[in-house]
Order: sequence, then structure tokens, then C-alpha cells
Amino acid sequence: MNYTWNWGIFLEPSPEGAGTYADMLLSGLAWTVLTALCSWVIAFTLGSVVGVMRTLPSRTANAVGAAYVEGFRNVPLLVQMFLWYFVLPELLPARLGSAVKQMPDAPFYTAVLCLGFFTAARVAEQVRAGIRALPRGQAQAGLALGLTWGQTYRAVLLPNAYRILLPPLTSEFLNNLKNTSVALTIGLLELTARARSMQEFSFHVFEAFTAATLLYVALNLVVIAGATLLERRVAVPGGR
Amino acid sequence: MFGHFDLSVIVDALPYLFAEGMVFTLTLTALAASGGIVLGTGLALLRLSGVPGLTHAAKFYVELMRALPLVLVIFWFYFLVPYLGAWAIGAATPIQVGAFASALVTFTLFEAAYFSEIVRAGIQSIPKGQSAAARALGMSYAQTMRLVVLPQAFRNMLPLLLTQTIVLFQDTSLVYVLSLTDFLGAASKVAQRDGRLVEMYLFAALVYFAVCFAASLLVRRLQARTAIVR
Repeated sequence: MNYTWNWGIFLEPSPEGAGTYADMLLSGLAWTVLTALCSWVIAFTLGSVVGVMRTLPSRTANAVGAAYVEGFRNVPLLVQMFLWYFVLPELLPARLGSAVKQMPDAPFYTAVLCLGFFTAARVAEQVRAGIRALPRGQAQAGLALGLTWGQTYRAVLLPNAYRILLPPLTSEFLNNLKNTSVALTIGLLELTARARSMQEFSFHVFEAFTAATLLYVALNLVVIAGATLLERRVAVPGGR
Repeated sequence: MFGHFDLSVIVDALPYLFAEGMVFTLTLTALAASGGIVLGTGLALLRLSGVPGLTHAAKFYVELMRALPLVLVIFWFYFLVPYLGAWAIGAATPIQVGAFASALVTFTLFEAAYFSEIVRAGIQSIPKGQSAAARALGMSYAQTMRLVVLPQAFRNMLPLLLTQTIVLFQDTSLVYVLSLTDFLGAASKVAQRDGRLVEMYLFAALVYFAVCFAASLLVRRLQARTAIVR
């Protein structure tokens, strides 16, 4: 293999003017993390609501929840990204649409919304499964004690379900983190996009991708370590 | 809102979208899924083999692939495959590899990691007594796997393998980053040529939805029918 390695490339200034190639990758990392965190807020909140809807005794709530999940799960993420970025502004009233198009950091806000709604469908399925996994007696006991449905969910079902769901939700969080890279197609300068432009500027493709790979692996490890800590913190004393 | 919606744009593009784009998407999905399942089964067997070096190598590969975004892996292989090819045939310069071949290698290797986790769970779901009984009957390890464990495991995990194939079908749309003409790529090219992004992307979303939703309903029916009553 006649590929010339040069690991010193990271310390050379990038053609963007400010900083080195290493700074460029790190700024990509920051965008990746920021996008993942912001979209997770939407995904977790909305996903919990939709997941709860699918366990309610109401048929309408069930149908709405199911429609949401099927809709967002059966269209590829990239297509959804294009719908949010290219199609939605066209369908809005003209003035609002052009305001949206001219918004600074539009790729970031679009990616956050798109990933949030996309991952929410997956979170919803997990939340539904978690609540279903609880013994039926828990809800019945809550209601028998005079709690309303809302109180039963808030004080009894959800705290238990989230504890069971910590491992699957961690993996959904990681999926969401990895999916931020799809936003490079709409111009978000996240980690993969930065590695790609470093490759285009410097021709040191394998150094750039190795660095990005190591950063992604490090992010994964940090998230897993965090989830383990959290699991220990919230474990019910004396529980299984 | 939909005042300028022009259906004829979609109708005119139909032959191109399906004959070029959808055929590409389906070919890539079918080849990568078959390759991925075969390779994934191999990885799962290595991981369960109990041979220290092999188990760890398989685990490392699977965990690494699962830690990386598919887009990054697509770029990795796009640049790596020419060098790997040159190394394999002993050429001095990187060989020319078409974008399709590169995408196929990428998806096969990437999905193999996900398939191997499904296969591993499938193998582990077969009670230990089954393989112990087979070994006691004098079967070799290979015979035990081929005749006793894998047939039952595959039956159990068929719905999961098919669901993962639906995910793969959706993921193939990411070859967009290599400017390949899959279904979405075709829609995107027409959209940009005619300045009809709204029509083309909405239509693409609709088609993906119809295909994936129908396929997932079929998988659910299959799951109900093939479930082994215990």
C-alpha cells in the first residue's frame, strides 16, 4: 500500500483560516454532541407521551400513537431530513417559509427537529413495552388507592418503567447520536462532515477518518459509562 | 399551500424512478442482506466458539461497527476498498472500484455486525440440552450446528432478520452521499433538474412508507404463523 501517513497533519492549520485540523474536528464533535442532546430532549419527551398514549384504555389515543410510530418508523431518516429541510418551508405560508429558509443555523434546527421526531417513534415503542412489562396489579393498585390515571402514570408506572428501560433507552440515545451524521446531507458541520472536509482539503483521508472513528468510539464509551452510573444512582434500594 | 403541486412531474419520472432507482435499491438490499446474514452467522459462531482470540476479534468487530455511524462507514470503505483491493491482488496502485461495488461491500460488512447480534441471540435461545444431546449422539460440532441448532434458531429469528432487512432497505438511501442513483438518488436528481423538490421528496417518502409498512405487516403475520408453541 503506497499511502503516505502523516499524523502531524492534525496540528497543521486548516484552510478555513481559524485553527488547526484538530480544532476543526473538535468543533464537529461539539456540533454532534449538541445536536444529539437537543434532539434527545424532544425524542424523550414526545416519545414518552406517544408511548403512554399507546398504553391508555382509549382507542383514539392508541390509534394516534400507532399512526405516529408507523409514520416515522417506515420512512428513511434521510428522506425525513429532506422533508423537514426542503419541503416543509415550501408548504408553510410564503412569509413564514422564507423566514425559515433564511434562519441562521437552519441545518442545526432542522436536524434537531427531524432527529427528535424520528427517535421519538423509537422511544415510544420502548416506553410502551416498558409499561406493558409491569404487572397489571401496579396500575390497579394505584387506581384503587384513589389516584387518577395521570397520577398513577406519574407516581407508579413511569418511574418503574423508566428504570427497566434504562438499557434500551441508552442504546436509542446512542443511535440518535450516530444518526446526527445523516444531517451532513443538509449541511450540518458535525463530526463526519468535518472528517470529510479534512479529507478533501488535506488528502489525508485515513488519518481524518481514524480520528473521527476514535472520537465516536470515545463518545459511545462516555455515554455507556454515564448510563451505568445513572442506573446505579436510580436503582431502588433492595430492588432486584 | 399545495397550489403549485404538479402531479405530472411525478408521472413523467416514474419509469426512471422505478426502473433505475428502485431496481438499484432492491438489488443492493437483497445482495447486502444475503451477504450480511451469511457473514453475520459466521461472526456469531466465532463469537460463541469460546476460542479466546476468535471470540474477542469477532466481538471487537461487531462492537466497533455498532459504535460508528453508517455514513462514516460508507466514507471509510469508499476510500479504503481501492487500497484493500490493491493489497489483495498485489497491485502497486489503488485499484478502481465502482461506487456500487464499494456500497455493496460497505452494507454487507456493516449489516453483518447487526445480523450477527440477532443470530447470536437466536443460537442462545436454543436450550443447551439440544446441542448436548446432539454431541452425545456422536455428531461433530459442525453437524450439531447445521442439523440441530441453526435450523431452529433461524426459525425463531426469521422475523427479526426480516425486520433488520427492512431497516437495511431504508438505510440504503444513504448511498446518496456517494451520489449513487438509488430510489432516493433518482428522486433527488429529478427534483433538482425540474426544481420540483416538494413533489419528488413527498412521493419518495410515500413510496418508502408503503413498501416498509406493507413489509412490516407481512413480517408480523409471519411471526404469528411461525412461532413455535412451547
